[in-house]
Amino acid sequence: MFNKILIANRGEIACRVIKTARKMGISTVAIYSDADKHALHVQMADEAVHIGPPPANQSYIVIDKVMAAIKETGAQAVHPGYGFLSENPKFAEALEAAGVAFVGPPKGAIEAMGDKITSKKIAQDANVSTVPGYMGLIEDAEEAVKISNDIGYPVMIKASAGGGGKGMRIAWNDDEAREGFQSSKNEAASSFGDDRIFIEKFVTQPRHIEIQVLADTHGNCIYLGERECSIQRRNQKVIEEAPSPFLDEATRKAMGEQACALAQAVGYASAGTVEFIVDGDKNFYFLEMNTRLQVEHPVTELITGVDLVEQMIRVANGEPLSITQDDVTLNGWAIESRLYAEDPYRNFLPSIGRLTRYRPPEEAMSDAAIVRNDTGVYEGGEISMYYDPMIAKLCTWAPDRGAAIEAMRNALDGFEVEGIGHNLPFLSAVMDHPKFVSGDMTTAFIAEEYPEGFDGVTLPDVEIKRIAAAAAAMNRVAEIRRARVSGRLDNHERHVGEDWNVALQGKDYDLRVDADPKGATIRFADGTTMRVEGDWTPGDQLARMTVDGAPLVLKVGKITHGFRIRSRGADLKVHVRSPRQAELARLMPEKVAPDTSKLLLCPMPGLIVKIDVEVGQEVQEGQALCTVEAMKMENILRAERKGTVAKINAAPGDSLAVDEIIMEFE
Amino acid sequence: MKDILHQLEAKRDIARMGGGQKRIDSQHAKGKLTARERIELLLDEGSFEEFDMFVTHRCTDFGMPDNKPEGDGVVTGWGTINGRMVYVFSQDFTVLGGSVSATHAQKICKIMDMAMQNGAPVIGINDSGGARIQEGVDSLAGYGEVFQRNIMASGVVPQISLIMGPCAGGAVYSPAMTDFIFMVKDSSYMFVTGPDVVKTVTNEHVTAEELGGATTHTRKSSVADGAFENDVEALAEVRRLVDFLPLHNREAPPVRPFFDDPERVEPSLDTLIPENPNTPYDMKELILKIADEGDFYEIQEDFAKNIITGFIRLEGRTVGVVANQPMVLAGVLDIDSARKAARFVRFCDCFEIPILTLVDVPGFLPGTKQEYDGVIKHGAKLLYAYGEATVPKVTVITRKAYGGAYVVMSSKHLRGDFNYAWPTSEVAVMGAKGATEILYRSELDDPEKIAARTAEYEDRFANPFVAAERGFIDEVIQPRSTRRRVARAFAALRHKKGEMPWKKHDNIPL
Repeated sequence: MFNKILIANRGEIACRVIKTARKMGISTVAIYSDADKHALHVQMADEAVHIGPPPANQSYIVIDKVMAAIKETGAQAVHPGYGFLSENPKFAEALEAAGVAFVGPPKGAIEAMGDKITSKKIAQDANVSTVPGYMGLIEDAEEAVKISNDIGYPVMIKASAGGGGKGMRIAWNDDEAREGFQSSKNEAASSFGDDRIFIEKFVTQPRHIEIQVLADTHGNCIYLGERECSIQRRNQKVIEEAPSPFLDEATRKAMGEQACALAQAVGYASAGTVEFIVDGDKNFYFLEMNTRLQVEHPVTELITGVDLVEQMIRVANGEPLSITQDDVTLNGWAIESRLYAEDPYRNFLPSIGRLTRYRPPEEAMSDAAIVRNDTGVYEGGEISMYYDPMIAKLCTWAPDRGAAIEAMRNALDGFEVEGIGHNLPFLSAVMDHPKFVSGDMTTAFIAEEYPEGFDGVTLPDVEIKRIAAAAAAMNRVAEIRRARVSGRLDNHERHVGEDWNVALQGKDYDLRVDADPKGATIRFADGTTMRVEGDWTPGDQLARMTVDGAPLVLKVGKITHGFRIRSRGADLKVHVRSPRQAELARLMPEKVAPDTSKLLLCPMPGLIVKIDVEVGQEVQEGQALCTVEAMKMENILRAERKGTVAKINAAPGDSLAVDEIIMEFE
Repeated sequence: MKDILHQLEAKRDIARMGGGQKRIDSQHAKGKLTARERIELLLDEGSFEEFDMFVTHRCTDFGMPDNKPEGDGVVTGWGTINGRMVYVFSQDFTVLGGSVSATHAQKICKIMDMAMQNGAPVIGINDSGGARIQEGVDSLAGYGEVFQRNIMASGVVPQISLIMGPCAGGAVYSPAMTDFIFMVKDSSYMFVTGPDVVKTVTNEHVTAEELGGATTHTRKSSVADGAFENDVEALAEVRRLVDFLPLHNREAPPVRPFFDDPERVEPSLDTLIPENPNTPYDMKELILKIADEGDFYEIQEDFAKNIITGFIRLEGRTVGVVANQPMVLAGVLDIDSARKAARFVRFCDCFEIPILTLVDVPGFLPGTKQEYDGVIKHGAKLLYAYGEATVPKVTVITRKAYGGAYVVMSSKHLRGDFNYAWPTSEVAVMGAKGATEILYRSELDDPEKIAARTAEYEDRFANPFVAAERGFIDEVIQPRSTRRRVARAFAALRHKKGEMPWKKHDNIPL
């Protein structure tokens, strides 16, 4: 076995590989750019080598620099992680030349699967089911109709040079095929100057399901079940699970065997993933093969008990697989939620900055549930603009899907991340979405269910009432502590009352708090009661309570007369007031926050150095609007959304105060 | 006998109705609570004891004898906030517009005298049309009496003003002399002369809100220390503030049970200071991570944001915090920030509240605007305030402590008790670049030489150790252990006795 392995990657995957290497007694080498000097993977590795400036194309993907690091440290093997150099045949070649083991497939397999057309041909030759289609040039509309009939409706008519939906038509019959061909052709000609058209089967109700394969250098290949990755946003996977709630045993076997056939056709040896698109009738078609470890590999590990990184290292060391297909059993259900530094309330714009708080839920393992968090960051660390915005992968496992989802809900509620925008609320929202819960989803899930983006969660009444009960119990603790301040008028202390009103999400509840040493019984005005227990004390930002015995995990902040509570994707202002306070609070006018969405306000006192746009100009989300200099630092202000500039109130050289209006939009 | 008891209740009921249901409704329609409702929210439930409920005015002109409402437009008395005694007056806009008569002023004076005698804060709720014109000079005399008491009480008991309606003309000077002024957004304003007079005299067209609303006074003029969305929120937040304050100047600040380990270590603070010395970071993160339970009551949040002032607790005890904010103007000291912090430091010193100073200051802001507006004297206010303060003073330098600003920010030289520095700190006359440009002027056209000189200077001075060698820094501490170190320092200073030479009073450069 190798003595030393270099991980040619960063972030959570580098940390993940280090963990397994350490378990195997192999010492580890990390590489890092300037931006990652203090990164977690650097801290975890036995050695670390600096390889250049922050941009990946000047550091992590520069083969020469990685090779130099290998030479310097004497590493005998390299694990490439995913992304970066993981599917770069030149890197595999360089390693081979240097006599260093590549923890990945042979160069030839990478090359063969790296090209869409070649890989499809190899797949067809290996009798792997591919999306039926016609690749050749199509002369006219009649030929298009003929081909469409051969393939079978519905079909997709696409421009060869196409992209972004342009020059693309779906046809369900001859008339539509005829018409679609002509309009696609015209559009392609005008958009791309290339009117070549091809036709393929249009897959309805598509799901993204992939097969994990594992092959050694001795000709053995097994498949480790599938992963369902249909919950995607613009081709970025968000939530994955294993197994798929859609597949039956026969389909799984057919897909697995085809995946192995493909792997063997290219002489594959390592862990790899064969991606399929599966339609509503369980027809599956090969998409591509990823010749590396996938981001979402932990769900497979959780249901098979196989450490894929360990297997990869062993295969790279020339060992034969120690497990056969018969040894592979799928046990229970695993779900992965990807935590992205992207603000769901601002159309998932990437968010960078300092993680002022980062407390993942505790990793735990029992027969009832497993919580696993693969992470590459830590509290106080910096999320930079240079790399992938994914900062952690939270996985849960349980004997069945429902329990795994429930474990995920609780784990997400207990995950504390502050300082940057992140998608935790969105992940929670999906966990409670009826379509997800029933397993009825396609790759269009996010686009269809959140067409206007994500603007938070409205919790059902049951959940609201549970939170109200918990808030009332917490408030009582806080109020009693307040009343214990020193300097009180003896014998005339404040008596903290039992009757309270809790208002949240447009509802309010009159209730009575009967406290005892173990917790509180909350008696609602409608006669119902709830029992709240927990050890929350003022200042705790995470409250782990039980309400009627069922766990309730809340992120707790302070507001006047109550708490800011975040749970299950909702962000609530919860006011807990005495009946009289509540009565008087009702007299207060509802204030509408001024609409600043159409204004660009100066975020700090500063000098306008540059205005990048002009009146009447249409701007895209993220486009630079102007530059404000404050204390020698230039801050570029960008458009939060698409719009048209209506008015510009400032000119270069102007000194502005905070919140002064720089420009207005239509 | 029973009749008499009923009579009392009946008379009270009348007094409690103030200006009558119609006027109460109109007050509510403006989004405002009545004088008595406000007191209810300010004080512990059922704790209010009213004085002078049946006082009426004695004016005989302009038909006033026919209009003698009970209480005369102000509700006064005492009660408790979390069991601690406070005195309160609350002007009743529904009664003669809350206008100030001689008797109205007398009622206020009475509770102020009692507050002084018994050692408890005075909280004034202002909602008044101004002087009662019918009374003429009697009304002005009333204001004068209140002003004098504000002055006498200053530094003896905390005085807090809530502006919850109009407060114009001479009336503004009573709140002006109190320790804190809080306003309610959209329903309160303060000015010496109103929009009409302004228009006549200076021909400026301005609304009451623009001239003296909450936004103006919290952001531009700094007259107000904070603003709240509505009456309910304002009163709740004043309760929260009172929990931080001692009742009077002979009593130590209050202690409250706390649920936060004084030994709590925050590893994330080790990475708070960015690699690049010109990159800002948020000083509030440090404040929140030092404070018990992350609880921080900020004063003047919206004004001179380059310095942060406010209260936290350590081991349940109140501590005043002054901190440079690198996020705004690099945390530079200027006229506004010096004035803001100086007043805060003096408040803390008055009431025996220990002061924690967090330093990251590149110096004083240069420019004609600053010099013409008197940065010399305004800057001196903060220097003076720190130097005269005898309360426990603990200072932590996190990064830059340059030039005169280093001395100003509660340095050892100004009787700092515990002066700590993070390893990332740079205590120097100025930044390395500026210093080498002056020291090696002759080499300026040789960038290589200058770079070498800069590096040399950085090596020598861009650290806390030169100051530590001289004992100006007591110890260089790990950022992660700041809470523990600071808490222990204040614990060690609990019985500190600081002295000033006898003087009638000082002569701070006002």
